Amino acid sequence: MIERDDQGRKRATIAPWLLQGPGIVFLIVFFFFPLYTLGRMALSARASRFSDPVFSWHWDNFSSAFSKYGDQFTRSFLYAAAATLLALVIAYPLAYVIAFRGGRFKNVLLGLVVVPFFTNFLIRTLAWKTILGDQGTVVSVLRGVGILGSSGTLLRTPLAVIGGLTYNFLPFMVLPVYVALEKIDPRLVDAARDLYSDTWRAFRKVVFPLSLPGVFAGSLLVFIPAAGDFVNAYYLGNTNNSMIGNVVQNQFLVQVDYPVAAALSFVFMAIVMVIVIAYARVLGTEDLV
Amino acid sequence: MTDETVIAIEHVTKRFGAFVAVDDADFGIRRGEFFSMLGPSGCGKTTTLRMIAGFEQPSEGAIRLVGEDVSRVPPYKRNVNTVFQQYALFPHLSVSANVAFGLQSKKVPKADIARRVDEMLAVVRLADFGARKPAQLSGGQQQRVALARALVNYPSALLLDEPLGALDLKLRQTMQLELKRIQREVGITFVFVTHDQEEALTMSDRIAVMNEGRVEQIGTPEEIYHQPASEFVAGFIGMANLLPATMENVDGARATAVLPDGTAVSAAAVEGLTRGDPATFMIRPERMQLQVGTSEGISAEVVDLVFQGPLIRFELKTAQGCPIVAHVGPDENLPLLRPGDRVQITWDADGGRLLRRHEQMAASTAVPN
Repeated sequence: MIERDDQGRKRATIAPWLLQGPGIVFLIVFFFFPLYTLGRMALSARASRFSDPVFSWHWDNFSSAFSKYGDQFTRSFLYAAAATLLALVIAYPLAYVIAFRGGRFKNVLLGLVVVPFFTNFLIRTLAWKTILGDQGTVVSVLRGVGILGSSGTLLRTPLAVIGGLTYNFLPFMVLPVYVALEKIDPRLVDAARDLYSDTWRAFRKVVFPLSLPGVFAGSLLVFIPAAGDFVNAYYLGNTNNSMIGNVVQNQFLVQVDYPVAAALSFVFMAIVMVIVIAYARVLGTEDLV
Repeated sequence: MTDETVIAIEHVTKRFGAFVAVDDADFGIRRGEFFSMLGPSGCGKTTTLRMIAGFEQPSEGAIRLVGEDVSRVPPYKRNVNTVFQQYALFPHLSVSANVAFGLQSKKVPKADIARRVDEMLAVVRLADFGARKPAQLSGGQQQRVALARALVNYPSALLLDEPLGALDLKLRQTMQLELKRIQREVGITFVFVTHDQEEALTMSDRIAVMNEGRVEQIGTPEEIYHQPASEFVAGFIGMANLLPATMENVDGARATAVLPDGTAVSAAAVEGLTRGDPATFMIRPERMQLQVGTSEGISAEVVDLVFQGPLIRFELKTAQGCPIVAHVGPDENLPLLRPGDRVQITWDADGGRLLRRHEQMAASTAVPN
């Protein structure tokens, strides 16, 4: 009996490690190790344009990341922020209606949100290129009603890039917001209405605060990939509004300047982390149930 | 308590599609009373409460709150507050903020809010818990926060929707007394919905017994228990033996009827029942006496007997096969009885009641536990 108890206890102490093991190994192999090589690369230098980079504590890569590509950084985060906000504005009411008014069609409606995204990312973005093209219907209609000037365009503008980002990452906002709203007990809304709140105040004081974890998760899921994206800026923007993703892509694949590209990636990561932490503070997500 | 009516339910019917949830309910709830709506699930008691709160609108009839017709007034403009079944406390707000919610909606000055919240938390004995979140409280404490959150608004009436259902038995009994104490202290009308007859009997000044959307009877716990108006009420509140009978003579306020074995029984007359009408004779298990060696009363055979401490529970069967349950106290001088023995069942003159026979309750007895 006692022996078996001991064994049981031993098993109880190893079990958590066994469960976490695969995750930890995965993180080491596919995250920490690549991060380490990326860090080494960012601090390497090339003797000439065609020689291999050599590790040499070469901090210049970082300073040039800021000095040469500051604009692209700013633009990336501004576009990503705009896309995140737009996605939230579009996704919230959508998720709200599905969660509270969807009834038995909830799953169908959620499916419909996701279905378009079965199509390849690149194809969808290229489709927007056609839709927003100068010869397309959208532009001619907007020109006709005078919203766009007679030579106004949509393609190759920041608006097109932000629109593309919003569209491509929208489901990543809809789904977490939906999950957060779906979890809210409708009786809480009854309770708020019973306590002299009209529908709008019940929403502001009860529904919205309780949906913040979903808003937070959705914002991150949209903001981070949007800020690092290069496809939308490449196809829907022009060379004057390229984003940091385009620079990294160009440095890695065209210039083959790995050290600068690696340094850019690091800086990008650092900025994202700062923004995420600041955002979490503002929303007070730690406090939320 | 005065006789002033706070909530008037005037011929209210509520339909959901073809389903009639509440069928022509018509009664008043008086200022300061503890009023219960009692019935099995689906009897329409919660729908009635939700109509008073404003979450549902009557299909027909009107609901008046302190004289004013509020049938079409939204919940946030009605001066009644609800304690919800699972409390529905706001999980993201502290206890104080939960309690302050209604006052803030009504734009009461900040200083008043703080004072009233503190006062009310003291009434429900949670003065030191203001800063906690609902998730950090026990079920009973959450219950009291829900009470405070509603009462702090000084509503014309407090509506309670099975508020004790989620608590365990011990806590439920404590909270029953606690609710009574709070109700006396604040002097507000309580409208309490429950399916638990014991809870209703313990706390209420008056009870409305509902069944299948209809109000079967309204009265004090004593009236409901001793003078049930229908077979349903008799069977739902406490235990009742229901025996088929045929009306014999009606003589003013008294009437006699005959049981299947020929025994004549006498009880208060029932309006509309005349000689020859089918009726039901109701008698509570504790109103019966068992005797041997007489010819009085109904003769029956002992099927089983169970010693339950303060009383012995006899399960009996009449010659016609009607099961009867009798509770016999320790003071009665009974010889030792065994299953199979024959006894005579008697009762005091006012121990039984005649009731209108309900078609669906044609079976001779209904004895819920």
